[in-house]
Amino acid sequence: MITLESVLMLGGLLFALSVAGIFINRKNVILLLMCIELMLLAVNFNFVAFARHLGDLDGQVFVFFIMTVAAAESAIGLAILVVLFRERRNIDVEQLDTMKG
Amino acid sequence: MSEPVIANLNLAAASAEIFMVSAICVILLVDVFLSERSRWVTYALSLLALVGVACVTVSNGVDGRVSAFDGSFVADPLGDLLKLFAYGTVAVAFMYSHDYLRRRGLFKGEYFILGLTALLGIMVMISAGSLITVYLGVELLSLSLYAMVAFDRDSGVAAESAMKYFVLGAIASGTLLYGFSIVYGLTGTLQLDELAVAVREVGADKLGLIFGLAFIIAGVAFKFGAVPFHMWVPDVYHGAPTPVTLFIGTAPKIASYILAIRVLAEGLDAMVATWQSMLIALAVLSMIIGNVVAIAQTNLKRMLAYSTISHVGFILLGILAGTAEGYRASLFYTLAYVIMAIGSFGMILLLSRAGFEADRIDDFRGLNRKSPWFAAMMMMLMFSTAGVPPFVGFWAKIAVLGAIVDVGLVWLAAVAVVLSVVAAFYYLRVVKVMYFDEPTDSVAVEGGGTVRALLTLNGLAVLVLGIFPGALIDLCARALP
Repeated sequence: MITLESVLMLGGLLFALSVAGIFINRKNVILLLMCIELMLLAVNFNFVAFARHLGDLDGQVFVFFIMTVAAAESAIGLAILVVLFRERRNIDVEQLDTMKG
Repeated sequence: MSEPVIANLNLAAASAEIFMVSAICVILLVDVFLSERSRWVTYALSLLALVGVACVTVSNGVDGRVSAFDGSFVADPLGDLLKLFAYGTVAVAFMYSHDYLRRRGLFKGEYFILGLTALLGIMVMISAGSLITVYLGVELLSLSLYAMVAFDRDSGVAAESAMKYFVLGAIASGTLLYGFSIVYGLTGTLQLDELAVAVREVGADKLGLIFGLAFIIAGVAFKFGAVPFHMWVPDVYHGAPTPVTLFIGTAPKIASYILAIRVLAEGLDAMVATWQSMLIALAVLSMIIGNVVAIAQTNLKRMLAYSTISHVGFILLGILAGTAEGYRASLFYTLAYVIMAIGSFGMILLLSRAGFEADRIDDFRGLNRKSPWFAAMMMMLMFSTAGVPPFVGFWAKIAVLGAIVDVGLVWLAAVAVVLSVVAAFYYLRVVKVMYFDEPTDSVAVEGGGTVRALLTLNGLAVLVLGIFPGALIDLCARALP
């Protein structure tokens, strides 16, 4: 029997993991995009678990919207990445620091 | 008797949004078939769409709250006012940007189409009746803005700032959603009006709800650009092409305001004591960091970015009062700020020419010699932004301070006043540079007739609304009775 608490714990853990991944990663922008996806999936876990627990469909409908928006979001993220690579010839996170002040 | 398949659809309430979607699709299609020389058609159609949608909104204006799509969508007088104001802002932004985009070879359909989709996102947020609608509006606005920042494909700085904006924005959306999921789990509803009731039943001091609220506040604060979630603001304002900075600095502020009102003031109003203390911290930090760091800037766009952060602190002050008077004061502040900000960025666009950005404070040196009229306009905009009477910025600050004094937060009002004095320093420096320094070149101001006329109107609006603030205050009072 999988309880609500354990699913929420998994959601929280995935969320924390993705935030940690974004802040610890100093190398590659693609990893950032993966962490962002992971973050949205963690939220989806929460919504599905709550919707099942409450016997309410709204939460599951929300998940569909989140998945659709997540797809659009990664498309735009990758497009910006391509523009960045064209200009810089690399996608290092550490080199995103030309503006100061 | 069979039940209707979809009850309570009430499409008429959403007619402005439906019109906007259709107009965007038409413009997108027309733009594909245009040659480079007839690109002005896209520009004209975009302005026409804005006029059209304004007519639709006015003719469908509502007196009270009307809900549609089973409560996911609401139309109310506040929404109508904000939408009309947003249309005007976007139209002015397009007109200011026209010359600049042409000179840089950036006069493409993307700017206008992305601008209109961002506006559609703002409209959806304004009319949001459930957390799903809020989220979709936020994302439609944010995704359009990420793409807009990067649309000058040959600028490395723009691509870098777009990447930063994108990553931080996506984290903020994720945080906001995580908060939504917890609030949904504890209350069992996504609809904002039902949420307000459910929170009272569950108990506003339940730890789980406060945990969810903290995530929601972090997301909202990011969209506002409040400290400590402000890291993106200076880089995006600085790195983006000036027309995009102009766009990001104005219309989305209306969206941030309504996001806070819909989610905090309508959905979670029972938890006002909790979010008030969180917003106090954000507002004080924003005013301190924004004003102090702005002093050290030499780039005008970056200085205005930090100034935005401090103004966000002021907008939050009104919201955190948690009273109708406070929300009204914040609304007034937001509208006044948008008018002032669009003028300041418009001035940068007016002075720029091919190969010259006019985005450093030094570029304004001796403007009074070259164009006394526009130096005077810039002076009025700067004075108003600093909150000097008799300009509109002064009344906005007074309204917000009055609202927080009324709820007993006198110390907070005192802090705000002291920091406004600090802020006056860097606004007055721009005025000093324009009037008392020698010009570095003798090139006359080049901007076209439309921009000149609009900027004159913009500058005078700041003065006229300052002398007769009653009109704008009445509008806010009618929208939020």
